[in-house]
Amino acid sequence: MKHPLAAWAAAVLMVLTLAACAPAGQGGTNDDGAAGQRRTLTVFAAASLKGAFTELAGKFEAANPGTQITLSFAGSADLVTQISQGAPADVFASADARNMAKLADQGLVDGEPRDFATNTLAIAVPAGNPAGIKSFGDLARQGVKVVVCASQVPCGAATTTIEQETGAALKPVSEESSVTDVLGKVSSGEADAGLVYVTDARSAGATVEQVPFPEAAKAVNTYPLAAVKGAGNKPAADAFVAFVLGAEGQAVLAAAGFGAP
Amino acid sequence: MTPPTFKARRPATYTGIPGWIYAVAAAGALLVVLPLVGMVARVNWARFIPLVTSESSLAALGLSLRTSAASTVLCIVLGVPLALVLARGSFRGQRVLRSLVLLPLVLPPVVGGIALLYTFGRQGLLGRTLEVAGIQIAFSTTAVVLAQTFVALPFLVVSLEGALRTAGPKYEAVAATLGASPSTVLRRVTLPLVLPGLASGAVLSFARSLGEFGATLTFAGSLQGVTRTLPLEIYLQRETDAEAAVALSLVLVAVAVAVVALAYRGSGMVGREITTTTAPARGGDVR
Repeated sequence: MKHPLAAWAAAVLMVLTLAACAPAGQGGTNDDGAAGQRRTLTVFAAASLKGAFTELAGKFEAANPGTQITLSFAGSADLVTQISQGAPADVFASADARNMAKLADQGLVDGEPRDFATNTLAIAVPAGNPAGIKSFGDLARQGVKVVVCASQVPCGAATTTIEQETGAALKPVSEESSVTDVLGKVSSGEADAGLVYVTDARSAGATVEQVPFPEAAKAVNTYPLAAVKGAGNKPAADAFVAFVLGAEGQAVLAAAGFGAP
Repeated sequence: MTPPTFKARRPATYTGIPGWIYAVAAAGALLVVLPLVGMVARVNWARFIPLVTSESSLAALGLSLRTSAASTVLCIVLGVPLALVLARGSFRGQRVLRSLVLLPLVLPPVVGGIALLYTFGRQGLLGRTLEVAGIQIAFSTTAVVLAQTFVALPFLVVSLEGALRTAGPKYEAVAATLGASPSTVLRRVTLPLVLPGLASGAVLSFARSLGEFGATLTFAGSLQGVTRTLPLEIYLQRETDAEAAVALSLVLVAVAVAVVALAYRGSGMVGREITTTTAPARGGDVR
């Protein structure tokens, strides 16, 4: 190279730029720090927990002054990938046991995961229920446009279980990769019905109505949470897990439509 | 080292690029190439063939190729007149029209999907009318093609409009003074002249259609063989089988590389041809 100095300067510039992108306050989480110093707790939670965990985080912060919770919501599988690639999570709350097991297999779970909630499926229909869906059997009717989750994701696995238990074979017009996508197709009126979690149907507001069905009890989804190995803030992580399992945490989850573990 | 040969080969070219530019350029190239290398390093070659030839993978690949071909044809049919009007026409609101047509280039595809949903969906602007006519677009392969055309059209229009402006209207003007009708001028002069631009625009549209994800997911849904294109299949496989997702990603990269290589070679060749055929005309100064 003709100008080694310039090349080095460029390289240094690049490294500095990347360093500047690193999350601020990272140092703070690792220091024990004096009382009153701000400490950050990063919670990775399944997308379906968004409403409940946002409220929980607020209550936890109020009860523990000086602790600030950063929430990150995504599909459980996405979160596992992110954590195993080094994303700085202190607590992981999964929408199913399978994804928690995936993280545990990589040695990234600190202690035993604890079940903190359950969720069942409900039929979501557009406001006014234009197709007149009243039961799970109605979904198999000719001409009814049903949208479900693909069997690769937790809500889809639950759908498959119910289909097997009841012997009713659905012919969905679409198999989406997340509950949110199913809900989107229902709330926009494109689909006549969709299978989503009770909690999702509840949080969707006035554009979506919920049709409960007894067969849903055959596929109950259990949510586990655990502290992540190497968590920068282990005491706070344990405290948060205990808070979710405690009376106050359970009340918030129940209000959002989750079942007791 | 044989500097004289070097000098002889490139006699009068000024290569005044400062050395540090190369360093930054290398960083830029690495930013693009390194992630691809990282992905290739993750491929499980022992399982590669079974993974990419599984029933769902082949269905997704076939659907992607079919829908992309269809949307490329639609892009040509709709995009050529648009580019002509933008490059040669002069009317009120031309600038506004150009900005609007190019909008999908900068719009997040999800936004495009939502817009399409509220236009062609059951409850959408045209949805009721279409339903009365017995046409249902949502959850059909038509929806995929529509979403792909929406995001790919600007690529064709931009390439072709650029080619039209570079070519200029003088040959068309000459043809017209010699008595050719506007349609004949278009067919015999304009289109042959901009064929390289049209070809590269079509290839770019095809590539963009192949990679379409967000608008399809929002607007068309995801069902094997009907609406689940290769990017959607990759997104879904990633939930359970990361190796399958990586293997399929590699297939998509290979197809994309082949398409881009084809575009460069194709347009290069046609470009040379055009230059040689038009050179004498330029020398003859028909004006």
